[in-house]
Amino acid sequence: MHRIHVIIAMDPHTIAQGARSIKDALVKNIDLAGLNQDVRVVETGSLGIYNKGVVLVVFPDGIYYTGVKLEDVSEIVSEHLVKGRVVTRLRYSEIPEESRAEEKAPRFGKQVRVVLKNAGMIDPESIEEYIAQDGYEAFGKALTELTPKDVLKIVTDSGMLGRGGAFFPTGMKWGFAAREKSDEKYIICNADEGEPGTFKDRLILEGDPHAVLEGMCLAGYAIGAHMGYVYIRGEYHMSIARVRRAIEQAKKQGLLGKNIFGSGFDFDIQVREGAGAYICGEETALIESIEGKRGEPRDKPPFPPSVGLWGKPTIVNNVETLATVPQILLKGGDWYKSLGTESTPGTKVFTLVGNINNPGLIEVPLGITLREIIYDIGQGIPNGRGFKLAQLGGTTGGILTSEHLDLPLDIINLRSVEAGLGSGAMLVVDDTHNVVELVQNFAEFFNHESCGKCTLCREGTGRLVELLHKLTSGCGSEKDIDLIERLAGHMMKSAFCGLGQAAPVPILGCLRYFRDDFIAMAQQNQQRVPVSA
Amino acid sequence: MSDLNRIDQIVAGYQSTQSPLIYILKDVQKEFGHLSEPVLTRVAEATRIPLSEIYGVATFYSLFTTKPKGQHIVRCCNNAPCWVNGSKDVLEKIKEYLEIETGETTEDGSFTLEFTSCLGLCAVAPVMMVDEQVYGNLTPEKAVAILRDFKTKGSANA
Ligand SMILES: Cc1cc2nc3c(=O)[nH]c(=O)nc-3n(C[C@H](O)[C@H](O)[C@H](O)COP(=O)(O)O)c2cc1C
Repeated sequence: MHRIHVIIAMDPHTIAQGARSIKDALVKNIDLAGLNQDVRVVETGSLGIYNKGVVLVVFPDGIYYTGVKLEDVSEIVSEHLVKGRVVTRLRYSEIPEESRAEEKAPRFGKQVRVVLKNAGMIDPESIEEYIAQDGYEAFGKALTELTPKDVLKIVTDSGMLGRGGAFFPTGMKWGFAAREKSDEKYIICNADEGEPGTFKDRLILEGDPHAVLEGMCLAGYAIGAHMGYVYIRGEYHMSIARVRRAIEQAKKQGLLGKNIFGSGFDFDIQVREGAGAYICGEETALIESIEGKRGEPRDKPPFPPSVGLWGKPTIVNNVETLATVPQILLKGGDWYKSLGTESTPGTKVFTLVGNINNPGLIEVPLGITLREIIYDIGQGIPNGRGFKLAQLGGTTGGILTSEHLDLPLDIINLRSVEAGLGSGAMLVVDDTHNVVELVQNFAEFFNHESCGKCTLCREGTGRLVELLHKLTSGCGSEKDIDLIERLAGHMMKSAFCGLGQAAPVPILGCLRYFRDDFIAMAQQNQQRVPVSA
Repeated sequence: MSDLNRIDQIVAGYQSTQSPLIYILKDVQKEFGHLSEPVLTRVAEATRIPLSEIYGVATFYSLFTTKPKGQHIVRCCNNAPCWVNGSKDVLEKIKEYLEIETGETTEDGSFTLEFTSCLGLCAVAPVMMVDEQVYGNLTPEKAVAILRDFKTKGSANA
């Protein structure tokens, strides 16, 4: 029995800061100290502390160390693990005192951890640890006590809305597929996560892969599917490996495969890798990609719940959506509704990025304000600079400014200011940045990612880049601003899919709040024209 | 250069997989370095999928390439979260150091410079990826130092 557990966060953020070599050194030093019977080193997903170097936690003491360097390892081992003396120099002090010793999970102030309850707390490569945290209990309960209709009803009554960006009611979507009569149906977990500034799905997959698999099993049971696919971005090597491993373990335990728990229900899951295309996050493009084709979106209707993968009824759900489902089954819809607001129950995982002191992954109940997220959890903007704007939901997201700092965030309030929660990315931009250049950066992204299928998006994004470039390179005029506005308006109404329709959102948003900046730049341009002519 | 017959073996290995084209192209690219016309033609013959369709797929996804690339692939992120943290200056410095534009390969064939879309490492932005390794919290100087390291290691191996 191990007396002490040292948890080390092993996610791409910490690996980029040297976590692998620190882990090796820890294991070696613990061996040298003769402590290998007493101390176990466990790799986990992100611990929710970012940009502070390599992060370790020593349990049962609950002491967090950050910025751990190779030369610190022997001191941590000889002082803390051998003598029980905390190395104060490396101790992370942001964790509230009361949550240090008793609770395994730090509370991180205003955060509430539902989806992330296990991430960073268990070894994601161990199915036993997941099971010890009530893992697969919801699936077991469903198979033994509930009919598929019951499962569907619980999810529908919880009011859960999908977390992939569109916030479509999950229960309603499942209901469409459940009603279809078909020999085959499919569940697809959308882990293509390509929205700039978003990395929540990856950290869920890497920190708690079994929660996602269990969610898929429950979805499969509810709609009568026997096969599930996790479509993971090709660049996410670690997620792919962790999910594959989790699938193997679940198969070994009889949680996937034929006649699960003797219930007569068969369900299997496979990983499908993407090959680098942002548009494949759109559900019908994703389906095309699994079918081995160019990932171009399909015409809708028919929608995937009636005609999806290989022409069969298919549910596409986001990683965060699926990872939440097991807990709704265990704790009930009323519990879920008690979190968040009336229009948007539950918690939301955000990734806080950009010009912010404490960037990273957070989970908060909906209804929280931008001010609380930026100034309390995010600890404000670096170098004493001012707040210019926030973009919520990724590069296709709406623009919020200082007048929105106290708006409680939920879908209804955001809709009233032409924004949404989207992917959960929250990009904070300080007042040293020029808005026109920022908008040009957005436009370049869309132009790069447009799949080329429809003219409005393919040509429209290209023209937007040209017009913005004209302004930022000194040869634009106020007429170009009007042209940008008109073109963006047309794209919004007539593009084929969500990419072309949403690309204008941040552009028009910036024009709405910062038109003066555009005009100032155009006027500067005009003053320079005689010189360049 | 590998033997084109390898392609038949790769295709045969996916007989029981439904819609395996993307997997086949990944494996073939690993083997041949890039997806040239003769290679894609052979894939078309082995899979009985029209060459036009295969070419369409091979040119759609950013992880596939129909042109040969440098020994090391440098992928810079310039999406908004990196951009507001200074990725533009990093990218300019890298271009200056390697003496190429994005999308190009250095004359000696040691580096290809590309854009990557967001790698989800925004908490340590700006970031770049060299081959499979990621580097965060970059400054222009730090980025050049990393590439210089690759250059010296590269010539030591040669
Ligand atoms: C351009 C575009 C990109 C998208 N990217 C993603 C993505 O990366 N991940 C995701 O879950 N949904 C993405 N979506 C939304 C999906 O089409 C789909 O609505 C979602 O996966 C449904 O899951 P949910 O019901 O759980 O929200 C994207 C949509 C569009 C139009």
